[in-house]
Amino acid sequence: MSTTTNAPQDSATAITSRFNWGELARKYLIILILIGLIVLLTIFTGGSFIKTQNLINVVRQVSAIGIIACGMTFVIITLGIDLSVGATVAVAAVVSASLAQTDQASVIKFPGLDLPVVVAVAAALGVGALLGLLNGLLITKARIAPFIATLGGFTAYRGIAYIYSDGRPISTLKDGFNWFGQGDVLGIPVPIILFALVAVIASILLNRTRFGRYTYAIGGNDQAARVSGINIDRVRLGIYTFVGLLAGLAGLILAARIGSGNPTLGTQMELDVIAATVIGGTSFVGGIGTIWGSVVGALIIGTINNGLDLLNVSPFWQMVVKGAIIVVAIIIDERKNR
Amino acid sequence: MADEYILRMSNITKTFPGVVALNDVHLDVRPGTVHALVGENGAGKSTLMKVLIGMYQKDSGTVVFDGQEVDLHETAEGLDLGISMIHQELAPVPEMTVAENIYLGREPLNGLRLVDKALMRRMAQELFDEWSIPLDPAVQMKKLTVASMQLVEIAKAISYDAKAIIMDEPTSAITDREVDLLFTMIRRLRDRGTAIIYISHKMDEIFKISDEITVFRDGQWVLTEPASSLDIPALITAMVGRELTHMFPKEEAEIGDVLLEVRNLNRGPLVKDVSFTLRKGEILGLAGLVGAGRTEVLETIFGVHRAESGQILVDGERVDVHEPRDAIAAGMALLTEDRRATGIMGVLSVRDNMFAAALPRYSPGGMVDRKRIDRAAEEQRTALAIKTPSLDQLIKNLSGGNQQKVLVSRWLLTMPDILMIDEPTRGIDVGAKSEIHRIISTLAKEGKAVLMVSSEMPEILGMSDRILVMHEGEVTGEVSRAEATQDKIMQLATGTDAAA
Ligand SMILES: Nc1ncnc2c1ncn2[C@@H]1O[C@H](COP(=O)(O)OP(=O)(O)OP(=O)(O)O)[C@@H](O)[C@H]1O
Ligand SMILES: [Mg+2]
Repeated sequence: MSTTTNAPQDSATAITSRFNWGELARKYLIILILIGLIVLLTIFTGGSFIKTQNLINVVRQVSAIGIIACGMTFVIITLGIDLSVGATVAVAAVVSASLAQTDQASVIKFPGLDLPVVVAVAAALGVGALLGLLNGLLITKARIAPFIATLGGFTAYRGIAYIYSDGRPISTLKDGFNWFGQGDVLGIPVPIILFALVAVIASILLNRTRFGRYTYAIGGNDQAARVSGINIDRVRLGIYTFVGLLAGLAGLILAARIGSGNPTLGTQMELDVIAATVIGGTSFVGGIGTIWGSVVGALIIGTINNGLDLLNVSPFWQMVVKGAIIVVAIIIDERKNR
Repeated sequence: MADEYILRMSNITKTFPGVVALNDVHLDVRPGTVHALVGENGAGKSTLMKVLIGMYQKDSGTVVFDGQEVDLHETAEGLDLGISMIHQELAPVPEMTVAENIYLGREPLNGLRLVDKALMRRMAQELFDEWSIPLDPAVQMKKLTVASMQLVEIAKAISYDAKAIIMDEPTSAITDREVDLLFTMIRRLRDRGTAIIYISHKMDEIFKISDEITVFRDGQWVLTEPASSLDIPALITAMVGRELTHMFPKEEAEIGDVLLEVRNLNRGPLVKDVSFTLRKGEILGLAGLVGAGRTEVLETIFGVHRAESGQILVDGERVDVHEPRDAIAAGMALLTEDRRATGIMGVLSVRDNMFAAALPRYSPGGMVDRKRIDRAAEEQRTALAIKTPSLDQLIKNLSGGNQQKVLVSRWLLTMPDILMIDEPTRGIDVGAKSEIHRIISTLAKEGKAVLMVSSEMPEILGMSDRILVMHEGEVTGEVSRAEATQDKIMQLATGTDAAA
């Protein structure tokens, strides 16, 4: 089926291959950006950024964001949004912490209760999934737009976290619980291991399972997906439950990290999560996005946070820089999908 | 005067990643003529036109329009120069009215610099009156059928008073009656000196309307001749590069038991008390004018819309269809009419689009079996001659006809017992068309039941064992293959057969 003339064909082939290279560069642009940032920060910090311990710090700090971003990728691929994940983190943190207090604590939520740590862990995941399911039901059954439905959760879930904890951190937690935020395995911090695990599972889910392929199909054209026999409500319900569950896991990690379930945990975290996802190439056009992109997006957020800290940039300027990077990422994304 | 060209496109080359869409082609069009541009799916016809109006940038070559060399970068520039285009893929704004769609971006303003909606509606009405277009400018676009949307698109292109109008498959979604209307419009435009570039896969239309014909094949120019010096076989040979028997003859299939029975189906004004049976091995044609309710019948059976009343029986058993997935579970498939709205998932790959409906078969335990998928996808690609650089190509980058082929394979892969197809060969070239006819015929022979809506008379007459004709939501008659003629069907379709 190929063409036969010589001269124009040759030049055309040349153009084609150059174009392909550009395509490739564009696809992996964010990795180049990450590497560029690392190089710049290494130079500006006189090498302290690149130290192993600092790099591990960067990844550990961004684990919670990255974990939720893996779920947010599914959400945004289907043209949805979840603004309630930060608040879900708080609810999961206070609930799970309340089930893991030692009897040394000065204020004990459930005096005399001594459950194995696994119950607290399950509670974090369960509470997260439940709140996610609630979002999903509002969106699929009550037919409320995702932005509005989860904006409700953004406020209400945070309120629940304050009510549950009486507005105070729930502290003095069991060591087994704190291990999820402070422990390590062979020198690798547990949050990083969990982040990696979630990324692998989410990637398999998105690429290799029917659920994942349907996620893309719904984002690509939900009406066509419906006519193709896909139960779009059920898939979306699953997606919001999944991101809720991941927010629950993130809540567990953050509470364990500081050794207390604080109702302010996860404040504004939804913004970092959405930013990581979008920087990673998941598009508000729908039907486009990858897990590895979101992972790199989260690493970029972490790198910026950490690097600007090392450089003693004021937190206010940090906000400006992050905002600018998000906008630039979206501009690049727009170009790519033209 | 006759020798003067309004448009000269020379040495045009345009490449996309992995595809040479146009390779050093040229096209010269005289004013006051209809110039047909033909070629197989993916030959580069639409691409050349998009280069002309500034939607794509050419890699090399020159374009001279109205005596001036032009290099357009925005479609608005093309309109300013006097080139308007009816696109192959319609892109209406569904929430807006017909009038608002026509004057989008150039709305008339009143003294307060606000959009003068009344004036806009009057302008649209005048336009419709002048060209005898039977549409109401005040209705919302989303309320229209695909065919009516196509008429709006045509009206819009004319409203620019352009020197050249490009029509990319304008008749792929309309019936004979609207085609006649369009041809009357084209002739009037031509007589005023407008040049028309006419892209179509319908051979009879091409010879009916065009003065000159240019043929492309695989991105290359093949010939330009006066229409009078060509005939259909010669044209097809030029297109496909070899001789081709024109139409695939339907094979005889053994007609078995009733597989699908529809009883007193009702939904709104377009599905009124529709009852019929469909047997194994049978191809039942559903004919009628645009707006007769044929698409609505299919979509209601398939659960795209909820039926108000009526029963659907498959193999003698009642099935409750609330959603398309219920219909699919009962062994049905529906190739929808509106490729863009309910067909393609633009940003997804050819592979993902192919397996949107059949995935459960290829994902035991929920895990996708990639090897089997790739094998099956390659088979479909070969069987339907789908032209794409790879299965990973985004479907939006395929030519219109190739997108349609992918959708056909989406449903073939579900191995349905009852195949419902709405304009199955819309936008498909002659070679692939006879291939799709062969596939439909084979399926019937294997004992599947086929329900086919088509606005193409030869297709309906050639493929159907039996033909149901609809008029304003009602079935007005049934004709067997033996007694079917175009006249007979038209009488029933227009409701003028009350005596019979
Ligand atoms: N935006 C794009 N990106 C990549 N490839 C493209 C793009 N647009 C067109 N092509 C490719 O260019 C070739 C020519 O496509 P074009 O749409 O011009 O065909 P066509 O002659 O109009 O076919 P049809 O009759 O099916 O409409 C095809 O192989 C198509 O896949
Ligand atoms: Mg085309």
